[in-house]
Amino acid sequence: MNFDFSDDQKQLRDQVRKFLAEKCSPKAVRVVLDGKAPYDKELWKGLAEMGFLGVAIPEEFGGAGAGHLELCVIAEEMGRANAPVPFSSTVYLAAEALLIAGSDAQKKKWLPAISSGEAIGTLALFEGKGNPSPKNVKLTAANGVLNGFKRPVADGAIASFAVVAARTGSSGRDGDISLFLVDLKAGGVEVKSLTNLDPTRGQADITFKDCKAEPLGAVGEGWSILTQVLDRAAVLCAFEQVGGSDRALEMGRDYALDRIAFGRQIGSFQAVKHMLADMYVSATLARSNSYYGAWALSTNAAELPEAAAAARISATQAFQHCAKNNIQVHGGMGFTWEFDCHMYYRRANAMALGLGSLTYWEDQLIDRMRKKNAA
Amino acid sequence: MGPGSAAHRFALRSVRGTREESSKMNFDDTPQEAAFRETARKWVAANAPKELHAELSKSSLGRIRLANHDIVDVGKAWQKKKAEGGWACLHWPKEYGGRDATPIEKVIWQQEEGVYGKLTQPFQIGEGMCGPTVMAWGSEDAKRRHLPKLAAGEEIWCQLFSEPSAGSDVAGLRTRAEKKGDNWIVNGQKIWTSGAHYSDFGLLIARTDPNVPKHKGLTMFFLDMKSPGVEVRPIKQANGMQEFNEVYFTDVVIPDSQRLGAVGEGWSVSLTTLMNERMSIGSRLATGVPELFDFCSNLMLEDGLAIDDPAVRSKLASWAVKSSGLKYTSYRAISALSKGERPGPENSIGKLVSGMMLQDIATYAMDLQGAAGALTGTDEETVQGQFQQMLLSSPSMRIAGGTDEILRNIIAERVLGLPGDIRVDKDVPYNKIPTKGR
Repeated sequence: MNFDFSDDQKQLRDQVRKFLAEKCSPKAVRVVLDGKAPYDKELWKGLAEMGFLGVAIPEEFGGAGAGHLELCVIAEEMGRANAPVPFSSTVYLAAEALLIAGSDAQKKKWLPAISSGEAIGTLALFEGKGNPSPKNVKLTAANGVLNGFKRPVADGAIASFAVVAARTGSSGRDGDISLFLVDLKAGGVEVKSLTNLDPTRGQADITFKDCKAEPLGAVGEGWSILTQVLDRAAVLCAFEQVGGSDRALEMGRDYALDRIAFGRQIGSFQAVKHMLADMYVSATLARSNSYYGAWALSTNAAELPEAAAAARISATQAFQHCAKNNIQVHGGMGFTWEFDCHMYYRRANAMALGLGSLTYWEDQLIDRMRKKNAA
Repeated sequence: MGPGSAAHRFALRSVRGTREESSKMNFDDTPQEAAFRETARKWVAANAPKELHAELSKSSLGRIRLANHDIVDVGKAWQKKKAEGGWACLHWPKEYGGRDATPIEKVIWQQEEGVYGKLTQPFQIGEGMCGPTVMAWGSEDAKRRHLPKLAAGEEIWCQLFSEPSAGSDVAGLRTRAEKKGDNWIVNGQKIWTSGAHYSDFGLLIARTDPNVPKHKGLTMFFLDMKSPGVEVRPIKQANGMQEFNEVYFTDVVIPDSQRLGAVGEGWSVSLTTLMNERMSIGSRLATGVPELFDFCSNLMLEDGLAIDDPAVRSKLASWAVKSSGLKYTSYRAISALSKGERPGPENSIGKLVSGMMLQDIATYAMDLQGAAGALTGTDEETVQGQFQQMLLSSPSMRIAGGTDEILRNIIAERVLGLPGDIRVDKDVPYNKIPTKGR
């Protein structure tokens, strides 16, 4: 059994961490947080140059052709650094959808552009409130023309293209949904930025009015492709959440060591120690579940749907837990804009909703466990 | 800097290198491990008491109930057979009754031994704690006399550490040992001693100097549990069962040759014992999740099956990911062992998480049973009372082997590097430490 990352992968992790420590300091994150830039363009360029954007994209499409374990390693570091770039929407959602369902021409057009940092992609799925479900998709596609709206769309305001879920049937079944590729610079697209919990990753409202689009994958296959994309993204996001959990835990630990009250380090009080110990427990369970997800993702195992849901739930809970208690350990200072605690609190709670809520994934997990038990 | 630049090429080489790597994540044995597993599997298939398989599989919460057998008798028989086949205490040196097996081989053995491993319950304290302590601190004579008999199941050992006034603060213990010629005379009381009533030997820590700070006045011994002056009294527990004992010592004589480590060095010796306690990797702790999943899949509520209820699903999912998280945490530890590394401190979370879960899950399952949940018989509506048993037994899981609070302190101090507690009794002579709260 080898249930750990390889030495090369650990070396890659060190390399990414070093790179991000240099190019993605909290000060750099704050430029985006404070609304002075929509995302960190320099960092995005740097990630492309390092080969990180295309790490799991095959070489024939301009990527590094490494694999998903390597992408998990990078994801964890992106979460740790709270990187203000459209990494998850471009790499976990758009690129994965293209890899699963794209035609050769579509892959040739977009994947090299993703690897080189020229194209930002996203998935346009949600239409207001609600979780991923075919019945929540109202936007229509007829004869390759889209009409309707999507909100929130992660990184929608800076994306060059989107994978759009559209209704192509009305049977009430999953087969009613199809996916389309839309060049967001084309006509019939209106994009509006939305304020959101985590300003370091934008959200947008996109209206499609008689917008021309090309199908991605076969008509009627949309929901089945989406399910795969969401599962794969769930594992990758879990690694970001694990990275964020660890960082929030470290920040809390460091503050508990530095801060003196009642003549002692506050980390010597059991009430504080136990809070931090519980954060460690959450983060460890999340890491272990995510490793299993990474294994399932990298081997395309039949266990992926269950593993992805477990990783998603565990990592969502851990990041929310660590981010909120990090503020608690910091006391009043944790509630200031000046301290970095709220960046992780914002990211943790925004990420908890991005691919569907915690309740949604809990529901998915039980379905998938039942399916396995029945088999 | 565009693609093709130096930095770009460096990154690509680094990540591309991993493709040819054979060490990707996998759940396969190495060829040596597979061969070892095959040998173990064949031996278990040929030698295990298969007639007990069904009963052993059903026992939950680590407790074994056999209708027609005494666990000590069948346990001794299985241990003896294992010793003859070379499978007893297999990570011990051969000369002391072991097999010189590697840590990963021990894990593989435990997996293959499966439910029959439950039969070794009477020997676990001896194999896991007392034996390693004798091995580290005992004389060559003591090792040769005692370890092979322990390994072969001929002699059972118990551990005599906790006292009524020294639980989490075990170094505050009161049992005295006074030197008289070549012997020590022991007076005092121990408590929570599992298996004392069927043990042949005990590992005993006692105070030999009350005039120095508490950690410095302790000494470790082992003794024959049949010695005159040793009295074992069973404790009736809150769950109605009797698994633990009180052990009283009245002028018990222990020869100085049965001392382990120097006089006053007992605390260091005890750390060997306690360090070995947490090396229980591979033996999975019960969490209650499979039982709850099963129960909810069959329970009909007013609106349908419990497992179709959104509130039930949410709770179940949250517990399921804790349980899988523990499972994969142990896989990570096994993986580290397999590479010859020492597993990290993340294993300390196992008992902390599973103990609380058992209690919470039991409470929740009974809540779903409604008024009938209060019944403790073997009624059908309460699925043979398994959650009621779990509820009544689970408090001990959160206390024995380190309370939840002590475990959190260990994580905070040893893993996260937070300061130790302020110890007001640290430099105070033992006999000056207050003994009453008010």
